[in-house]
Amino acid sequence: MVLQLEKVSRTFAGKTVVKDISLSIKRGEIVGILGTSGCGKSTLLRAVSGIDLDYDGKISINNVSDKKIHDTTGFIFQEPRLFPWQTVLENVTFGLKVSKSEAKKLGKSYLQDVGLADSERLYPSQLSGGMAQRVAIARALATSPEVLLLDEPFSALDAFTKMQLQDLLLDIWQAHQTTMVLVTHDIDEALYLCDRVIILRGQPGEISDVYTIEKQRPRERGDKYLAQLKSEILEDLDLTRQSHS
Amino acid sequence: MASQQGNVAAKLAADYSVIKNKNKKKYLHRLRPVILGSLLPIILIVVWEIFSKSGFVPAHQLPAPSTILGTIKEMFVDGTLWQHVGITTYRVFIGFVLGSVIAIILGSFVGLNTFAEHMFDPLIQAFRSIPSLAWVPLFILWMGIGEPSKVTMIAVGVFFPVYLNIVSGISGVDKKLIEVGKMYRLNTFELITRVIFPAALPSILVGLRSGLGLGWMFVVAAELMGASEGLGYLLVLGQNTLAPETILASIILFATIGKLSDWVLKEVETRSLHWQR
Repeated sequence: MVLQLEKVSRTFAGKTVVKDISLSIKRGEIVGILGTSGCGKSTLLRAVSGIDLDYDGKISINNVSDKKIHDTTGFIFQEPRLFPWQTVLENVTFGLKVSKSEAKKLGKSYLQDVGLADSERLYPSQLSGGMAQRVAIARALATSPEVLLLDEPFSALDAFTKMQLQDLLLDIWQAHQTTMVLVTHDIDEALYLCDRVIILRGQPGEISDVYTIEKQRPRERGDKYLAQLKSEILEDLDLTRQSHS
Repeated sequence: MASQQGNVAAKLAADYSVIKNKNKKKYLHRLRPVILGSLLPIILIVVWEIFSKSGFVPAHQLPAPSTILGTIKEMFVDGTLWQHVGITTYRVFIGFVLGSVIAIILGSFVGLNTFAEHMFDPLIQAFRSIPSLAWVPLFILWMGIGEPSKVTMIAVGVFFPVYLNIVSGISGVDKKLIEVGKMYRLNTFELITRVIFPAALPSILVGLRSGLGLGWMFVVAAELMGASEGLGYLLVLGQNTLAPETILASIILFATIGKLSDWVLKEVETRSLHWQR
C-alpha cells in the first residue's frame, strides 16, 4: 500500500469537516474522491499532502507516517499557481534539487510531455488557462512523485481543454504508473479516469460509498456501463435523501 | 528578358518605398502624442516670453524664459552649476540610500514576522503621524546645520513610503504561492528569497520610487534651513538678492534632475518587472 489513511478527521474551530476517513490505495491506482461542495474533500487532500498538518488520525505514505510534507508527493492545485516572475521552464524546474543543466534538461522533457515544448520562454501572463495548467502538471511531474494529488485540477477549464487534459493525465499514467488521488465534483471525470471512486457525503463528510470501476482504460466517454454507474452515483449523492437518513 | 528584370527591379523599389512609407507612418504615429503633449507648454513659454519682453509683466517679478536660460548658462560657464546640482544630488542620494536600507531591513522584519510586527509597527506608525518637517529644529539642535542633519532629514522622508510599501508588499504575497513553495519543501530562507521577495518586488519598487520623490522634496526643506551651496541655497539666494531668475533656474534644475532620477528607477522597474505585461 503506497498510501494509507486511518481514521483521519479534521476539525476547524470545533466544527468537524471530515470524519473518520480510512482508506488504502495501491501503487499505480487512480482513486477519485467525489462529493458535493463542502463535504471536505479538498480538506482531506490537503491533510494527505502535508500542507495542513492539524488533522487527527494517521496518514502514511510508503509506510512513513511522519506529519510533514513528503518528498514523494506532488500536488496539482485547482489554479495553476505559477510564479508570474518566472518563465515556463523556470516554473517547471522550480522544485528540482539537481544541477542547473540537468534541471533544464528534465524540465524540457516534461514540457514536451505536456505538449508545450516551444513555450518554455513565455511568462505565465502570456499563457491561456489550459496552457498554464499544463505547466502546473509538468511542474508537479518534474520531481517524479510516487503519489500525485490533484485538487479539482480541471474544474476551471472549458469542456474541450478539460477533456484534453484528462487524456494527458492518462498518458502520464501510462508512462509512469503514478498513483493518483483526484478530488473532483465532476462525476464523468471521476468515471473516465479512476479505478475507484469514493463518495464523500454529509457534514462532517464521511465515506458513504465506494465504486470500483473495472473497465479497462482508455474508456469511451459515452460508455453505457459508465452511464449506468453515473446514475447510481447521482442517486447516491441526492441531497434530498439526507432528510430521510 | 531585360524588361522582365526591369519590372522586378521596379517592383522591388515599389515594395521598398511601401515599407519606407509604412515605417514613416508608424514613426509619425508614435510621435503624435509627443507633439500634441508639447503643444501647450511651447505656446505658454512663447506667450510668457512675449509678455516679459514687452514689459507687460514686470521683468523683476517674472523674468523671461530666455533670461532664466541665460542664468543657467552663466552658472554652467563659471562652473557653479555642477557644484550646486552635484551637492544636492549627493545629499538626496545618501539620504535615499540610508532611508531605504533601514526601511528595507525594518520592513522585511515587520512583514515577515508577526512578533516583529507587534513589537515595532505601532511605534513606527506613531512616528509616521508626526509631520516629518517638524523634526527640522530638533535635528539642527542635535547635529548642527551641516551635512548630517540634512541627510538625516532626507532619510526620514524616504523611510516611510519605502517601509509601508515593503510591509504591505510582503503581507500581500499570495498565500497560494507560498503553499506551492512549502509543497516543494523550501526552508524559511528559500521561501523568503525565492517566493516572498520576488512576489513583493513590484510593491517594493513602488515604495522606492515614491521614497525618491519625497527625498527631493525634503532636500529643498533641508537646504532652505541653512546651506552654503546646493539648489535649495540658490532659492534662498535668489530671494535675498531679489533675483527671481535664480529662483526659477533652481526650480527648473530641480525638476530636471528629479525627473532624471525617477526615470532611472523606472528603467530599473521595467527591467526587473518585464514579466508584468
